[in-house]
Amino acid sequence: MSRAIRAALAAAALLSCAFFVPGSAPARGAEAAFFPGVVFDYGGKYDKSFNEGVLTGIERFHRETGINYKALEISNDVQREQYLRRLAEHGADIILAVGFSQAPAVAKVAKEFPEIKFTLIDGVVKLPNVQSILFSEQEGSYLVGMLAALSSKTHTVGFVGGMDIPLIRRFECGYEQGVKAVAPDDHIIANMVGTTPAAWSDPTRGGELAKSQFDRGVDVVFAAAGQSGIGVLQAAKDAGKYSIGVDSNQNHLFPGSVLTSMVKRVDVAAYNAIKAAQDGTWQAGVRTLGLKEEGVGWALDENNAKLVTPEMKAALDAASAEIQNGTRKVANYDETNGCKY
Amino acid sequence: MSASTNSDGLPRWATLALLPAINLGAALVVSSLVILAIGQDPLSALAFMVKGAVGSGTGLSYTLYYATSLIFTGLAVAIANHAGLFNIGGEGQAYVGGLGTGLVCLALSGWPWYTVLPVAVLAGALFGAVWGLIPGYLQAYRGSHIVITTIMFNFLASALMVYLLGGPLIEHGQMAPESREFAESTFLPAVKEIAAGLGYRTSTLPLNLSLLLALLCAAGVWFLIWHTRWGFQMRTVGANEAAARYAGINARTTIVVAMAISGALAGLVGINELQGVQHRITLNFQAGMGFTGIAVALMGRGHPVGIVLSSLLFGALYQGGAELSFEYNEISPRLVVVIQGVVILFSGALEHMFRPALVRLLKPKAAASAAGQRA
Repeated sequence: MSRAIRAALAAAALLSCAFFVPGSAPARGAEAAFFPGVVFDYGGKYDKSFNEGVLTGIERFHRETGINYKALEISNDVQREQYLRRLAEHGADIILAVGFSQAPAVAKVAKEFPEIKFTLIDGVVKLPNVQSILFSEQEGSYLVGMLAALSSKTHTVGFVGGMDIPLIRRFECGYEQGVKAVAPDDHIIANMVGTTPAAWSDPTRGGELAKSQFDRGVDVVFAAAGQSGIGVLQAAKDAGKYSIGVDSNQNHLFPGSVLTSMVKRVDVAAYNAIKAAQDGTWQAGVRTLGLKEEGVGWALDENNAKLVTPEMKAALDAASAEIQNGTRKVANYDETNGCKY
Repeated sequence: MSASTNSDGLPRWATLALLPAINLGAALVVSSLVILAIGQDPLSALAFMVKGAVGSGTGLSYTLYYATSLIFTGLAVAIANHAGLFNIGGEGQAYVGGLGTGLVCLALSGWPWYTVLPVAVLAGALFGAVWGLIPGYLQAYRGSHIVITTIMFNFLASALMVYLLGGPLIEHGQMAPESREFAESTFLPAVKEIAAGLGYRTSTLPLNLSLLLALLCAAGVWFLIWHTRWGFQMRTVGANEAAARYAGINARTTIVVAMAISGALAGLVGINELQGVQHRITLNFQAGMGFTGIAVALMGRGHPVGIVLSSLLFGALYQGGAELSFEYNEISPRLVVVIQGVVILFSGALEHMFRPALVRLLKPKAAASAAGQRA
């Protein structure tokens, strides 16, 4: 009996320790000032690629306006919804959700908070308070495909994709069309790193795939594989071949080896979404950013200036102008249900 | 485990309550130093964690939701441990068990949840049991070490699910490797629906009915281990396999059965995660719960009550950590993993560090009270 009482006392002491909360928690986020929030996907905000592009955009907004934001990184699936909902409950004015994996979570939470603006990058949710931002990756990939074909001496070019999903097939299909537009008889060797999100963060495998492509005669390789692409770029540098970066401008990583980068301006998209929400010009609906909107493009700077001849640049500029005014069509993998052009 | 409890004269309440409290306290001190090294105020950070985990209905519900999965995997590790088997395969067993649950929920579209639940539980347990039984069989009849085979079965489970979710099960025309959503009628009632039934309003929370199932399982494991012949056989095999065999116990069957039950318990994680919350089969839904279950079982000393309590602690760490990274932009979510690691280190691996000192401190009193009782 007395033993039971002592055990109960000890348990009570333990519990009171656990519940003791020193000081009072400062109330945050309750003020009426403009307050944006962002939920990153797996990979985190410093992934040197897609997520980090969004971070760059928000940081720019923060620098220009001095307005603070809340950035959250998930560590399991449930936290997507949890963080979106917490931001909404905290009275965030606009919530950015990064990556297609967040679409189901955004759909759920946006329905519960119809007065809060959500911007989903790279995915589509059709609700009156959700803005979905897509990119015409096929257009930018088309241009770098042309550049690859113009630079290749072996008439064989490579493609290394990250995760095998329609989005990456869209990159591949645009690239293929660009290559064939310049040299209809060139060979294209394409590989995917994997079929799961782990495929975005496996530079070793990316590098191995690139090396095997080099052995089969490839001398220009386009990596659309997130962090895994860094391995591709490194392998190209080691083998003395050309590579093409993706999402961010990666020309500076290996100057002289990185031919160009297919840039996807997620930073601009993120910045514009927040800015528009602040100005009151934010609109729901699906927005597709292509060459015309400068959502995608190819990077030319001092790191690759020597690799791109004036003739190459002229050819790409002409093609870019034609795509923008609609005289040159680039097929979209998703719309054509396969790479048909 | 129980034999060492009183051998050095430490009273039982000290072993059960005081020692874990001291270990936890030491873990928190070390964690505070880490937070201090990052340049944050450890007291307010830890306060946020505690408040985030148990300070509100919402936080508490997330804590209980995490604890639900941990009870399943913790019990799974514990039951195998009683039979002398170190089951590291909880992760894979939970994953494959979830496949069984998910397939049932996909197949029984339109059935009400209370008819789906028993079938889903059976399927989850069966799939998990098969994933545990094979390493068990290999251990019992072929001498392949259970640690090695269960680790390898984690990888096999992962490869199987990647194949299924990337191919046959993927919802056509979408990017993420996930199945289609289950029919709404099969969703397990969550705290929101239950509260609505009682006339309360809450926001959408992941805590669902499977917590009751987890507690039932805990009671079942307690009964099985200490009140049935099967449990006695398992404990005997775990204590000394050769002696058990000499006493006429079929050690091989016992090992296979223990691993099957262990796998079945881990396989129920899918009830909480899939039928309860995600409502579709997703990639890696078990998210490390199988591995954390090992720490839960160690800290809970293999006893269902201890496992429920340590599941609550680890659930609180998960949820408190989520709140912590919500409040502090500077604190990375990885820090929570550090704190969890320190807790595991102190309460699992360094369990006996403070014990001798505590014995010296308490011994005179313990001896005196023992003498008093005798008089």
